[in-house]
Order: sequence, then structure tokens, then C-alpha cells
Amino acid sequence: MAEMNRGNPITDNTRGQRPLSPHLQIYRPQLTTITSILTRITGNALIVSALMIVWWLLAASSGPDYFAVADGVLRSWFGSLVLIGSLWAVWYHFLAGLRHLWFDSGRGLEIHMAERLGIGVIVGSFVLTALTVVVL
Amino acid sequence: MNYITDRKRVEGNGTARSGTAHHWNTKVSSIALAILIPAFIFTFGHILGGSHAEVTAYFSRPFPAIVAALTIIVGFLHYKNGAQVVIEDYSNGAVREVLLIGSICLSYAAIAVGLFALIRMAL
Repeated sequence: MAEMNRGNPITDNTRGQRPLSPHLQIYRPQLTTITSILTRITGNALIVSALMIVWWLLAASSGPDYFAVADGVLRSWFGSLVLIGSLWAVWYHFLAGLRHLWFDSGRGLEIHMAERLGIGVIVGSFVLTALTVVVL
Repeated sequence: MNYITDRKRVEGNGTARSGTAHHWNTKVSSIALAILIPAFIFTFGHILGGSHAEVTAYFSRPFPAIVAALTIIVGFLHYKNGAQVVIEDYSNGAVREVLLIGSICLSYAAIAVGLFALIRMAL
């Protein structure tokens, strides 16, 4: 019976003894992996400033007193730090998202092209952040 | 009673059992946000720093208000989808359920609060 089950992905009870896939820390960090995880980190980190802005809008709709509190928080050094960081994060996530849509169409997946697009996303995110700060 | 065959019922649904719906929703919202986010950055960035009267007057105008409303709706729904993938990747069991329910409820709550604020300023 055991012989019969060997090799069957569901019933093979020797599954646990098979070699494991190498852990993440064994791999050398590469441009493609770093740009990938940064997309996830920036996307999720944006929840902080998104909630801050919704709170700021609620305060603005409530009246001048409450607005002064929320506006004070957003324009404090801490608020500015979060907003400037989020500005970079949203531009990064924006460009990385466009890159994902491009990948989705089956294009740009050759290693040299994926890496060039990765550099484009990193450099582009800083350029767009700087431009936005200058314009606003 | 559903007369569809078992095979037909599962076809195209894959191991996630919901087919490509999640991927498609994320794709649609990402394209919408590719347009909305630059518009929101420049409208919100333009008025941030203004007085209370200036801010309420600004969001009473159609363009800034509609851009803000759409960005909040689509942005938080996009976040809900993205956070779901992260939670499913890194957690299991009860913790996973709590985090999923929490992020979904947070997303809808933020949409409701944002829209309420915008409508109150516009009216």
C-alpha cells in the first residue's frame, strides 16, 4: 500500500521528509526581488496617510475648531514626514503598478528588461516625488 | 436546485475557488487609480495648507470633490484587495480571519467617513 502511494502528491506520507525549498535569506537580494517587495510594502504603508487624509477631510467638514486640530497634526513635522514619505510611496507604487500591468500583458519579462524597468521605477519614483514637491 | 454538473460548477475557478475575479478587480482598480492618483495628489496638495474656509470652499467645487470621492472609494477597495493577499500570504487560521475582517471593515469605514465629509462640505 505504501509503495502504491509513493509519488502521489496527496497520499504519499513521506512528503515531510522531502527537501525543503531554500529559505528566503539564502537568496542574494536582487533588483527584481527588492522592487517586488517594495511594491507590497509601499502599498500597505499608504494606509497610514490615507486614513490621515480621510480624518483631515472629516475634520474640515466638522468645523474650524476640529479642522485646526487635524490640520495641525498633518502639517506638524511628524505629519509632513509621513506625507512626504507617502508621496514617494504612492509614486513608487504607481510606477511599479504600471510595470505590473505591462508584465501582465506578457511583455518586459526578460531579465535585462525587467531589471531596466526596475531601475526606471526606483529612479522615476524619486524624480516624480521631487517634481511634485517643487510644483506644490 | 442547481442542475449544472459538478465539472461545470468548478471550471475556471482554480484553487482559489473564485477564478480570476480578484486579479481582475485589482487590475481594473489599478488602472482607475493610475488616472485618479495624480489628479488627487495635485488637488489635495494644492489645498493642503489653506485655511478652513478655503478648504471647504475648494471641496465644494465639482472637480476636487469628485476626484477625492473616487480616489477614496477606488483606493480603499484596491487596498482591501491588496491587504487580503498580504494577509493570506503571511498568516493562518483565526489570525488570518481576524486580520481579513479587520482590513475589510476598515476599508468600508474609511470610504463611508470620507464620502460623508465630502458631501457635508459640498452641500
